[in-house]
Amino acid sequence: MTSLERAARPAAWAEPPAAVRFVLDAWTVAEAELQKLAHDPTELLTRAVQPILWLLVFGQVLARARAIPTGQLGYIDFLAPGVLAQSALFSAIFFGIAVIWERDLGVLHKYLVSPASRISLVTGKALAGGLRALVQAAVVYVVAALIGVHLQLGITQLVAVAVVVVLGAAGFATFSLVIACLVRTRERFMGIGQVLTMPLFFASSAVYPIALMPGWLQALAKVNPLTYQVDALRSLMVSGGTATFPIALDFGVLVFALVVLLAIAARLYPRLAM
Amino acid sequence: MPQAIETRELTRRFGRVTAVDALSLAVRPGEVFGLLGPNGAGKTTTIKMLITLLPPTSGSATVSGYDVIADQRLVRRSIGYVPQLLSSDGALSARENLDISGRLYHIPSADRRTRISEALEFMGLADVGDNLVRTFSGGMIRRLEIAQAMLHRPEILFLDEPTVGLDPVARRAVWEHVRRLRDREGTTILLTTHYMDEAAELCERVGIMHLGKLVALGTPESLAAEVGPAATLDDVFTHYTGSDLDEGGTYRDVARTRRTARRLG
Ligand SMILES: Nc1ncnc2c1ncn2[C@@H]1O[C@H](COP(=O)(O)OP(=O)(O)O)[C@@H](O)[C@H]1O
Ligand SMILES: [Mg+2]
Repeated sequence: MTSLERAARPAAWAEPPAAVRFVLDAWTVAEAELQKLAHDPTELLTRAVQPILWLLVFGQVLARARAIPTGQLGYIDFLAPGVLAQSALFSAIFFGIAVIWERDLGVLHKYLVSPASRISLVTGKALAGGLRALVQAAVVYVVAALIGVHLQLGITQLVAVAVVVVLGAAGFATFSLVIACLVRTRERFMGIGQVLTMPLFFASSAVYPIALMPGWLQALAKVNPLTYQVDALRSLMVSGGTATFPIALDFGVLVFALVVLLAIAARLYPRLAM
Repeated sequence: MPQAIETRELTRRFGRVTAVDALSLAVRPGEVFGLLGPNGAGKTTTIKMLITLLPPTSGSATVSGYDVIADQRLVRRSIGYVPQLLSSDGALSARENLDISGRLYHIPSADRRTRISEALEFMGLADVGDNLVRTFSGGMIRRLEIAQAMLHRPEILFLDEPTVGLDPVARRAVWEHVRRLRDREGTTILLTTHYMDEAAELCERVGIMHLGKLVALGTPESLAAEVGPAATLDDVFTHYTGSDLDEGGTYRDVARTRRTARRLG
C-alpha cells in the first residue's frame, strides 16, 4: 500500500478544513496558557508591581521636576501609555523561559507530535502572551485613574487600546520565543533577556518624546516596534494625547512585525525538541 | 499487510557522534516491540525520527505506511507518544491535559468528553481528574500520559522508557495498563527500555541497540537460547553490548535520565 492510498482512508471523525484547524489549534494552545494563569495567578500579580512603581514614583517625581518637555500634555499623561507598553513588553519578553521549561520537561514534545501545524502552535503561544498583557493593562488603568491621568474611557478607545496591547505583547512574546529557540537554555536566555529589554525600552518613546533623543537613538527608535505601540497608545489612551505617526502606520508596523516573527518562530520552534 | 513501522538504513548524526547508525527494522502491526540498549545507545533518537520530531541524516522510515519526512501530518495523526521526559503539564488538571490532547486531534466534543471520562476510569484516575497534575505521583503521571497519548486511538504507540524512576509497584501498574491497552485496542507498541525485566514482561520481540546499531533481534526466548542454555535476557544484553546495564552513556545521558527520574518520583 502506498501512502497515497492510505491518505484516502476515511478517519474516525471528519477533520475540519485547514483554516478552521488553524484557529481551533491556536485557541487550544492559548487557552491552556490562560487556564494555567487561572490556577496560579501569582506571576501576573508580581508583574503588576513594576508598572505601579513606574507611575507612582518615576512619573510623579519627573512630573514635579518638569524635566521632560511634553508639550500640552502633562508628563504623567504622557508617561501612562509608555508604562502600559513597557509592562506589556516586560511580561512578554520572558515568555521564552516558559517555552524552554516546557522543552526541558517534555510538554513541548507532546504538542509537536500532535497534528497541529507549527504556525498554529506558535500563534497560540503568541495569543496567550498577548492576552496576559490585558491584565497588566487593567492594572495600569486603575493606577493611572487614581493618580489623575486623563484617561479616555470611550468604548472605541478601550477596545482599540486592548487590540494594540495584545498585538504588541503578542509580538514581543513571539520575539522572546524566537530568542528561546536560538539560545535553547534557561541560563543563556536570562542573560540575553536582560540585555535586550533595556535597549528596546529606552530606544522608544515610552518615557521621553523621540524629538528629545540624539540622532542615532532616534534612528533606533524608528525601527523599534515598541515606539509604534506607544505612539498608538498615546493617541488612544489619554485625552489630548497626540501621535507622532498616523495610527494606520502604527497598526501596520505592529501587525507586520508580529506576522514576520510568527513565521520565523514557526520555523525555529520544532528545533527546540530535536 | 504492511509493516506498522519500517526503517531502512535510518541514520542520525550529531556532529561527530552517530547516534543511530544505518538502522533497518520492521515492526509488525499489533506487536509489542522493545528497543533495548544502555543509556546513549540511540533509542530516543530512533523514536524521535519515527515520530517526526527529528529529521534523519540519511535513510528513510515509514510509520503506519506514511513516510516520516514526506507525510509528517499523516504520521502524527496515526501515532501516540509518551516521551522519556514528562509530557503532562503539571500546572493543569488531568482532565485539562486530556482535553488539550483531544482538541488537538479534533475529536468532536461529545465524543471527547466520553473518552476522557473513560480514560480516567481506565487508568484509575477518576477520583483525581480535576486535581493539578503536579500533585500526582510518578506512576499516576505515567498512566495519565499514556491515557493522553491514546485518546485519539492511534494505530501505533511509542513509549520511551515508560517506567524509568518508578517504584516497583508503580512499574507493575504501568505494565498492567500497557498490556490491557494492547489487548483492548490492538495498538502496535514500540517501547524503549534499559530494564530487562520490563522487556521480558511486555515485549513479543526485542531489538538490542548498541552505539547506534542494531546488534540483535528476536523474541526474548530465542535471543536467550542463542546465548546459552540457562541464559537470561540480562545475559543476552551483556553478551551483545559488552556492558552491564549500569554502565554506558555519557554524563549527559545519565544526568538526563536522573533528572527525569527525580521529576517523576
Ligand atoms: N540533541 C542532541 N545533540 C547532540 N547529541 C545528542 C542529542 N541527542 C542525543 N545525542 C547523543 O546521541 C547518542 C544517543 O542518544 P539517545 O538516543 O538519547 O540514547 P538512549 O535513548 O538510547 O539513551 C548519545 O551519545 C547522545 O549523547
Ligand atoms: Mg533515551
